[in-house]
Amino acid sequence: MDRHVLILAGGLSYEREVSLRSGRRVLDALRAVGVEAVIRDADVTLLPSLAADRPDAVIIALHGATGEDGSLRGVLDLCGVPYVGCDARASRLAWDKPSAKAVLREAGIPTPDWVALPHDRFSELGAVAVLDRIVDRLGLPLMVKPAQGGSGLGAAVVRDAAALPAAMVGCFAYHQTALVEQFVPGVDVAVSVVDLGDGPAALPAVEIVPSNGVYDYAARYTAGLTTWHAPARLDPKVAADLAEIAVDAHNALGLRDLSRVDLIVSPDGTAQVLEANVSPGMTETSLLPMAVAAAGLDFGKVFATLVTRAVERG
Amino acid sequence: MTGSGPEPDSHRTSDRGFPFAAAAGVAGGAGSGQRSSAGTTLDDYTDRYAQRMRGMTASEIRALFSVTSRPEVVSLAGGAPFVSALPLDAVGEMLGSLGGPAHGATTLQYSGGQGDLALRERICEVMALSGIDASTGASPDDVVVTIGGQQALDLVSRVFLDPGDVVLAEGPSYVGALGVFQAAQADVVHVPMDDDGIIPEALTEALATVARAGKRAKFLYTVPAYHNPAGVTLSEPRREQILDIAERAGLLVVEDDPYGLLGFSGEPLPALRSRRRDGVLYVSTFSKTFAPGLRVGWVLAPHAVREKLVIASEAQILCPSMFAQSAIATYFASMPWREQIKTFREIYRERRDALLASLTDLMPAGTRWTRPEGGFYVWLTLPEGLHSKEMLPRAIAARVAYVPGTGFFADGSGGSHMRLSYCFPTPERIREGVRRLATVVEEEMKMRAVFGTAAPGAAPGVSWTPAGTFGAAAAHTPSPGQE
Repeated sequence: MDRHVLILAGGLSYEREVSLRSGRRVLDALRAVGVEAVIRDADVTLLPSLAADRPDAVIIALHGATGEDGSLRGVLDLCGVPYVGCDARASRLAWDKPSAKAVLREAGIPTPDWVALPHDRFSELGAVAVLDRIVDRLGLPLMVKPAQGGSGLGAAVVRDAAALPAAMVGCFAYHQTALVEQFVPGVDVAVSVVDLGDGPAALPAVEIVPSNGVYDYAARYTAGLTTWHAPARLDPKVAADLAEIAVDAHNALGLRDLSRVDLIVSPDGTAQVLEANVSPGMTETSLLPMAVAAAGLDFGKVFATLVTRAVERG
Repeated sequence: MTGSGPEPDSHRTSDRGFPFAAAAGVAGGAGSGQRSSAGTTLDDYTDRYAQRMRGMTASEIRALFSVTSRPEVVSLAGGAPFVSALPLDAVGEMLGSLGGPAHGATTLQYSGGQGDLALRERICEVMALSGIDASTGASPDDVVVTIGGQQALDLVSRVFLDPGDVVLAEGPSYVGALGVFQAAQADVVHVPMDDDGIIPEALTEALATVARAGKRAKFLYTVPAYHNPAGVTLSEPRREQILDIAERAGLLVVEDDPYGLLGFSGEPLPALRSRRRDGVLYVSTFSKTFAPGLRVGWVLAPHAVREKLVIASEAQILCPSMFAQSAIATYFASMPWREQIKTFREIYRERRDALLASLTDLMPAGTRWTRPEGGFYVWLTLPEGLHSKEMLPRAIAARVAYVPGTGFFADGSGGSHMRLSYCFPTPERIREGVRRLATVVEEEMKMRAVFGTAAPGAAPGVSWTPAGTFGAAAAHTPSPGQE
């Protein structure tokens, strides 16, 4: 059956370039399996074009707020256009890291201790006093990151309390609320979850080994700077736990079709969830495509199946 | 799964894991997804790259800039000339004719490696406006046509630089030149400048420092007129001083002059090359006087050097585009190019005025900037403690873009500065952009005050000297403590 698929990529976020690469890769993969698709940006021409030439389904390859905060999904709902991925409500929940962590913790899914604070709380209460409390309570090292956003932008590991104020300022340049959480030493692992019709299932975990120890923006998007292991070099029991935790997180957040759950695995084999992504990267160096390949699946066929599911859902 | 990975069950023991092989209809073809237990960097060429490629990584700045193409963002970052001001009907007709039966057999052919003679003659006419003419030894014979000024810089580097050689350059310096010098594995030593351009005493000092380190400075790279990014011009008295110092030290001068004809008041200052027949290589481009899309620039060099430049260029590109050369030569032969340059000057002057007035009206106290008399750029110094690179995401979120000062120093210093360009946006958009920028700076100042942090590396250091008369925010005089 000939399908007309619209891939949304670009957007106004810092991850625009990543998104354009993601969209292009999904497009190529779909075409390779005979599904016709086009790419466009989410700009003022989008709604007229949806009205004039309604696609059978939309794939949201936008990263950052537009693609992930749920708002665009809400607009697509208004237009009655089906899309791959979770609905607006779940997207909004997963996008806001502190909200997502609260839901995960309530569901009994392990996630590092945290505190989330908007910048004006620091000016009201005095930054030094608040930061002292944070260090007292959560200890060091700490992970500071914007409450919303991706690609490691604005994130910093703080090993020394003296470095905390600068990390907060760096974080607040990206978003008005900072998430400060306990830094858990261990192995970074991403578990992608895909539902091809038999319920959400975990793909093989992908292990991330950045060559300089930090999985920052350069390490993520410069070929050669990070070594990935897919599947991750894990004890089978740990791998099984990870799969279970990832699917639990996917379900607890009400996600749909696909997601990527980022975890940290401590040396003792226990895993904690850091966050879940509703519009994970699809570039050449992205984790979900690696997991798909490690599972022996075809990236294009996976997306073709997800498109079919979206169309049937209506 | 295939390959030498862990035992096949290691990743599927969970009953909730994905039943790979059983996934009817979605399994990939043979060979898909092979991974070895050693992992993959997704770059099989990692240990084969040349040394000079080290350190070239994906950049957050590029990520932040990716949104500047959207119309919502006021970009004070780009350096794109306002080509819409060209008589595009006439230019289009000319280009069509050049590709047609009358000229196509020539214009679609190779040219000589040195470039087309008709164009080199036009280039000499253009250079005469800056005082470089037959009386100062300029000849079409000594012009090499290049693909923009950028290739000229690359050729000069290839001809003169060995790895480890020192290049002296203004601090700040043109980012594209720094990239060329980095690729040549040269060490850039920045020479401080002020509102009158490069400081002669600082040049002498830099030469001495380099000599003490047992190194040799091969040339001084300088943009004396309407500097990119600093917006300042080397003053008349300093021109002779700088040339004298270079002459005494046996230091070549590479004069990069893309903006020389785009001055806002009167005639251009005579170029450095117009004062010395030897020791100065003169590089320029048609990108700002006509069209950057044609990618045509040139270098005027002493005879012996010219030979080497031609050989190097032939090895690199064989010859510049004959079509582009013909387009430029025809444009400069048959169209009112002098009037067009006046039009450009007027447009850029109006935009410069809009930027300076907006900065004066809107920027918070403690902000300072240069007042360019031509060209495209204003160099802005932030209030103490702010860092332009760290502040950039806040600016992009506010839908305004600038270039952090860090890009204009080989060592990544310069965080207390930014480059603002006024060449492309309309005056109204410029004012809107400055309004947004002022809010961004104010918010960043508040944030720094709350957390009591001055950005490390934000101190200007050698990047800019306190002398000179900067622009300053309205009704505020920078306090003596703020360099």
